[in-house]
Amino acid sequence: MTLNSADLTALLPLIVISATAIVVMLATAIRRNHAVSALVTLIGLAAAFVSLWRAAALVPRQASPLLVVDGYALFYTGLILAAAFVVVVLSYGYFERQKEHREELYILLLVAVLGAAVLVASGHFVSFLLGLELLSIALYALNAYLRERTLALEAGIKYLILAAASAAFLLFGMALIYAELGTMEFSRIATLISSGAEVSRPILLAGVALLFTGFGFKLALVPFHLWTPDIYEGAPAPVTAFVATVSKGAMFALLLRYFYTTAMARLYEPIFAILVILAVASMIAGNVLALMQNSVKRILAYSSIAHMGYVLVAFLASGSMGAQAVTFYLVAYFITTLGAFGVVTVLSPSERDADQLDDYRGLFWKRPVLGSIFTLMLLSLAGIPATAGFFAKFYIVAAGASAAIWGLIILLVLTSVVGLYYYLRVVVAVYSAPIEKSTVQLNPSLPLASSAILGVLGILLVWLGVAPSYLLGVVSTAVGSLTP
Amino acid sequence: MILVWLIVILLAAGLLAWFVARWSALGARWISLIAATVCLALSLDLWHRYAGAMHLLSNGAWFLEVDRAWIPQLGIHFHLAMDGLSLLMLVLTFLLGIMSVLTSWREIDQAVGFFHLNLMWILAGIAGVFLAVDLFLFYFAWELMLVPMYFLIAVWGHERRIYAAVKFFLFTQACGLLMLISILALYFAHHAATGVYSFEYSDLLGTALAPRTAFLIMLGFFIGFAVKLPMFPLHPWLPDAHTEAPTAGSVILAGLLLKTGAYGLLRFVVPLFPGASHEFAPVAMTLAAIGIVYGAVMAFAQTDLKRLVAYTSVSHLGFVLLGIYAWNDLALQGALISMICHGISTGSLFMLVGQLQERTHTREMDRLGGLWATIPRMSGVAMFFAMGSMGLPGLGDFVGEFLVLLGTYRAGYIGLTVAATIGVLFSTLYALRFIQGAYHGPNANNWSIPDLRAREVLIYVPMMAILLWLGVYPQPVFRAFQPAMRNLQHYASQSVEASGR
Repeated sequence: MTLNSADLTALLPLIVISATAIVVMLATAIRRNHAVSALVTLIGLAAAFVSLWRAAALVPRQASPLLVVDGYALFYTGLILAAAFVVVVLSYGYFERQKEHREELYILLLVAVLGAAVLVASGHFVSFLLGLELLSIALYALNAYLRERTLALEAGIKYLILAAASAAFLLFGMALIYAELGTMEFSRIATLISSGAEVSRPILLAGVALLFTGFGFKLALVPFHLWTPDIYEGAPAPVTAFVATVSKGAMFALLLRYFYTTAMARLYEPIFAILVILAVASMIAGNVLALMQNSVKRILAYSSIAHMGYVLVAFLASGSMGAQAVTFYLVAYFITTLGAFGVVTVLSPSERDADQLDDYRGLFWKRPVLGSIFTLMLLSLAGIPATAGFFAKFYIVAAGASAAIWGLIILLVLTSVVGLYYYLRVVVAVYSAPIEKSTVQLNPSLPLASSAILGVLGILLVWLGVAPSYLLGVVSTAVGSLTP
Repeated sequence: MILVWLIVILLAAGLLAWFVARWSALGARWISLIAATVCLALSLDLWHRYAGAMHLLSNGAWFLEVDRAWIPQLGIHFHLAMDGLSLLMLVLTFLLGIMSVLTSWREIDQAVGFFHLNLMWILAGIAGVFLAVDLFLFYFAWELMLVPMYFLIAVWGHERRIYAAVKFFLFTQACGLLMLISILALYFAHHAATGVYSFEYSDLLGTALAPRTAFLIMLGFFIGFAVKLPMFPLHPWLPDAHTEAPTAGSVILAGLLLKTGAYGLLRFVVPLFPGASHEFAPVAMTLAAIGIVYGAVMAFAQTDLKRLVAYTSVSHLGFVLLGIYAWNDLALQGALISMICHGISTGSLFMLVGQLQERTHTREMDRLGGLWATIPRMSGVAMFFAMGSMGLPGLGDFVGEFLVLLGTYRAGYIGLTVAATIGVLFSTLYALRFIQGAYHGPNANNWSIPDLRAREVLIYVPMMAILLWLGVYPQPVFRAFQPAMRNLQHYASQSVEASGR
């Protein structure tokens, strides 16, 4: 099958990202300049974002056997691009204070974005693996980017070994499914299993179970979560923000597409059961373990595990409401996580990340605006009204109630009360009296661009919390292409 | 539109006060005071305007409402509406709002702007709760008022403020989420029955539910409201939160936040689930009676004055719960009067304890005593409100408790009436102990402290007047409440018919 010009237009966002990566690479080869690299990256991301509208005119479209460009893929690509934009802005302020070469960071980020964009558009195991590896390999380097820091190195190695191992399991799972069905295309798989063709259940189930290792690892679902706290703690704060949002969001988008296309979770009881166990374990373990942390980054790490458990509940609710709830929640989660790590980023001095609770003591009184934004982000994570997190959680509970999975949503409610406790711990620190003669030195001046982007995130958060209907409309159109 | 203004004025005043406090703390105080006063004036004007018209209203009509589509995809409306019940609760809200601004005039000297932001936003949230008739909006306001309350306790509270604030937040949030599940269950049940997605109060009334489903959903709502009330045994957050909060926080907690629980039961639980509520009434009323006695006994056992006053709330709100579930005219009127009078008398007692603590830096009864000689005015005022709290005839609380007892007796719960009456007896004990411990006896520690200033006396005069007025001539309140009560009773009976079909 050859690609015609319409296919290429549909793939324009991917092409623009790739081209930007090459341009940044060439520019770095000619002359190193941090500001230029960052700026070119931002322009590239913005151009890719704009090209979504050109592509949107042509959807849905099967561009090559590997990639499906539909409203759903474009929506998630847009989300990923926006998140990457924020990460780049934050990175610029953060890495400006570092002594390392900084330009390669943007190349790696662009490659990771490309991988994520391929993931959300993939309708085939090959593109799935391709996207996954593009994303993972860039992340190995990104995690350990500040190689002078031992924690960053540890994070990089840990991620490398575990990601490689989980990818191996994933591959084997794909192989089993391929061996049984003779196809790697999601839509073919769907027709084969729904037509009641002679398939061996055990092999198929084993294949899917192995796929879960890959999904579970990237999403940090319990029991595949062991890397999460160390990576979150060790990686530079903007990279952590990237891992927490783009990498997880893209993987969830794929998970949703795979299971909505193949309808496997509905056809096979054990798969549903596995997902329930993953969701339950993630909600409980994530929230309970977060209680015992003293590092803000680790608290956010465990809380992200719990949040992925919540999203899985929405996924299990299935139907179009479930898919909408997943997507809405991911948007809210992106904004909130970027905001929270953004605050960590701008506060971090050059030699370490501001991740101790003591770093945040009295933040509100010293820097009211930053303190307010951080509070908003924490309240949104806790799901308090007038923030995006509230409506997102409301929507998940609504989706769960419509599917009558009462046990799961009651557990969600109970564990999120536990979650509230550790968010309040951070809030308490933010509002307690500042330590006089503080020994902790934080970054004294705030980078302008980072502050501006944090302000935008704060406004978005409240806007989505108070008037979610616009995004709700967009989301329902986007997932409309997924659910018939 | 005036309903929206009531909320917007408070929200805007909060932000403005926060902003202005950079230059002038006094300016922030005045802004809050003016905002609360304007809202009180507006609500009194509404009372005046609609008091005459109220008995003319046909069934089911609000005398004022605002309805806008908010999230049309889910059938969520921004729908505020007012009837006599909401009106009375709003008047109480703004009155106590003014009191809490005045009482913090001197007490709060740190982060004044942020304090007033929180204070105004709590009042806005409470006003939203009393006005919302879309269940999503109601839940939104319900949760929203917790955050500023949390900050009020956690930032300006006393010694164990963090513990108390977190406990308060966790308790109310947990039960709020339980209520959310119930709201959604009702929403989907309504959709299953009618094919319409709606959070609208008037739509959801009379939703046909299987008895078992109705009971479970009712229970979710009930627990959500009972924690706020608080009903025994869901009260453990209350003594801590009330004790550790700054005075304004305690006034709002006791005077208003607890009332939102009672309001929820009255407005939502019984009318929406009359059958299940009827079935559940003996349990709720038994817990109410236990709460009445338990609260009074616990209050008697405290040595911390603020904790003592806090526990009396458990007892008083037990009467309200008893009255609501007895659900006849007498009991409902009694519950309403009890709600209002409890807000006023307990609010005043908290302010008195706050002023005492400001002067003596202690709330321990052992370290006080014999203050009457040095601060006669304050002691006299305290005596007045303590008498109110113990239900002295002639003051409002008496009317409320008496009507509730009468209504409960009429409803056929004779044993519970007796138990609750014993609770009244205990209330005499704690009230006398309060007076005796702090103001009578020998002045062992040789306290010599300034008495109430003229401004402080001025705060108490209207409160005493209202308490006396309600004790002697509560008719205007009943008249304002009458149509709303008829409506609620009408809904409840209508829903019974609907579910009986």
